[in-house]
Amino acid sequence: MLIAELRHLFRRTRVRALLIVMFAIPFLLAVAVKINGGPSDGNGPTFLAQVSQNGVFAALAGLTVTIPFFLPLTVAVVSGDTIAGEASIGTLRYLLTRPSGRGRLLGVKAVTTLAYCLAAALAVAAGGLIGGAILFPLGRIISLSGTSLPLIDGIGRTLLAALVVGASLLGLAAIGVFVSTLTDVPVGAMAVTAGIGVLSLILDAVPQVAFVHPWLFTHQQLAFGDLLRTPVRWNNIGKDLLLQLGYVAVFGTAAWARFTTRDVLA
Amino acid sequence: MAIATHGLTKRFGDVAAVDGVDLDVPAGSVYGFLGPNGSGKTTTIRMLLGLIEPSAGTWELLGRRMPAQSLQALAEVGALIEGPAFYPWLSGRDNLARLDAAGPDGQRATRAGRIEAALGRVGLTAAATKKYRAYSLGMRQRLGLAAALLRPRHLLVLDEPTNGMDPQGTREIRNLVAELAHEGTTVFLSSHLLAEVEQICTHVGVMSEGHLLTQGTLTDLRAAGGRRLRVEVDDPAAAGPVLGRLGLGDIVTDGDVVTAKLDGQPPEVCNRDLVHAGIGVRALSVERPSLEDLFVSLTGEGFDVAR
Ligand SMILES: Nc1ncnc2c1ncn2[C@@H]1O[C@H](COP(=O)(O)OP(=O)(O)O)[C@@H](O)[C@H]1O
Ligand SMILES: [Mg+2]
Repeated sequence: MLIAELRHLFRRTRVRALLIVMFAIPFLLAVAVKINGGPSDGNGPTFLAQVSQNGVFAALAGLTVTIPFFLPLTVAVVSGDTIAGEASIGTLRYLLTRPSGRGRLLGVKAVTTLAYCLAAALAVAAGGLIGGAILFPLGRIISLSGTSLPLIDGIGRTLLAALVVGASLLGLAAIGVFVSTLTDVPVGAMAVTAGIGVLSLILDAVPQVAFVHPWLFTHQQLAFGDLLRTPVRWNNIGKDLLLQLGYVAVFGTAAWARFTTRDVLA
Repeated sequence: MAIATHGLTKRFGDVAAVDGVDLDVPAGSVYGFLGPNGSGKTTTIRMLLGLIEPSAGTWELLGRRMPAQSLQALAEVGALIEGPAFYPWLSGRDNLARLDAAGPDGQRATRAGRIEAALGRVGLTAAATKKYRAYSLGMRQRLGLAAALLRPRHLLVLDEPTNGMDPQGTREIRNLVAELAHEGTTVFLSSHLLAEVEQICTHVGVMSEGHLLTQGTLTDLRAAGGRRLRVEVDDPAAAGPVLGRLGLGDIVTDGDVVTAKLDGQPPEVCNRDLVHAGIGVRALSVERPSLEDLFVSLTGEGFDVAR
């Protein structure tokens, strides 16, 4: 059932369109740098300044640009649709009487959402790597610590960074799946999830509520940059993954409690 | 029993949509679950299939206690609940494949063959590759039936299966149900159209405002309703009193047709007395009560009265 569900998700026009957009953003970023030249240091997102020297940085710049807003938005769309989408067109009652088992269905939906998070982040990395490779020279990477790394190492670290970015979306994805079990209106679930994502960003920018910052699922979303240090600094990445895991545990349990007991009237 | 419920009740807020229903659906029967719109049929079916939790009562499906053993029970049940529902952007065939993959006993090796067989059975082979979005209401209903027939089942629960179908489609569904019943499948069939199911059911349960008014074999229910005499005469005003003196009840005159409950009085005696009274009898027949008559006699209301 998991394989069928994965195929079902990635065959959808909507999901493909989202992935294409994620692929296109870093690609267009690379094109823009080619046409206008990179920003002088300190201007624009991290990594953007290095793009013209080494195409690999287009992928890293792409991740930096998309992680605050675009990626979470698409995650809200996909996760908010998981249960509410099935309920709204009525297929939920047929999946349940098939019978899929409520816990199992929810588990499968959760895993496909996770797959989407990773796929979306990898699409950004792929778009950046391909666009960067076409438009700029590739070569040894100068790490953030100033040491030089072989190209293959740099690409490996970039892909790993994409996986970390994908994983840092899991907290929001778990919230989205939970919200999706509360309603039969998928657009509502998507909007609420996206709203929660934005709220977390805003709170993270307000110094007066600094005490909640470590608990916000967006707080460590740029930690992936630490992969480009030598040696790699795992501290913040570890914190981020733990935090995401915590959100998954809490909202996963809530979603399970809700979905396994609710009346399916749609 | 294929389905047995004990005091099954569902309240939405203060309103009991289903109130203390005790269903007994024998294995091998074609059970017509009848009632006007809003009488609680779909709500009952949702409870039977574990989609909603009863406010009170217990039930068994295919001899298994629900909801504890619902996965085992539901694996042997095919269902159509409140109309079909599929993904509009997939073809009929792809929709069936997805549903088949979503549960137990949906072996991949046999899937394509089973899908084609089910599509053929409901007459959708030609439209199999069309997007569901482009299906007509009748085609959608057929696809819903195909989904219920994807694997061999012991019990089919069909909620208003002829909804939105033309008379030809309705006839085909009736034949299909008869065929399935002949193969030994128990069919539990809800409908608000009495005449439509009267011909294929062996058993009937009648719902009204959340209550199960009566259930039993169709033969028994009709016998309980009593036979009626129907005469076409030249002087209906005079015919009524004649029948009344013979002890016939519930005399109804409609134009030159008079009908009355026979209550054991032989029809030939009625005919003789009418003729002796100088009334010209043009036609005489004895009618078994239709389900509709039965319903009216049970509720004192027409069947199409919804709450
Ligand atoms: N989700 C719901 N919330 C409140 N009332 C409902 C709900 N679903 C059904 N009802 C009520 O329950 C009664 C029975 O409905 P239903 O089972 O759909 O009837 P039927 O299938 O016989 O037409 C109706 O009065 C309906 O208004
Ligand atoms: Mg109904």
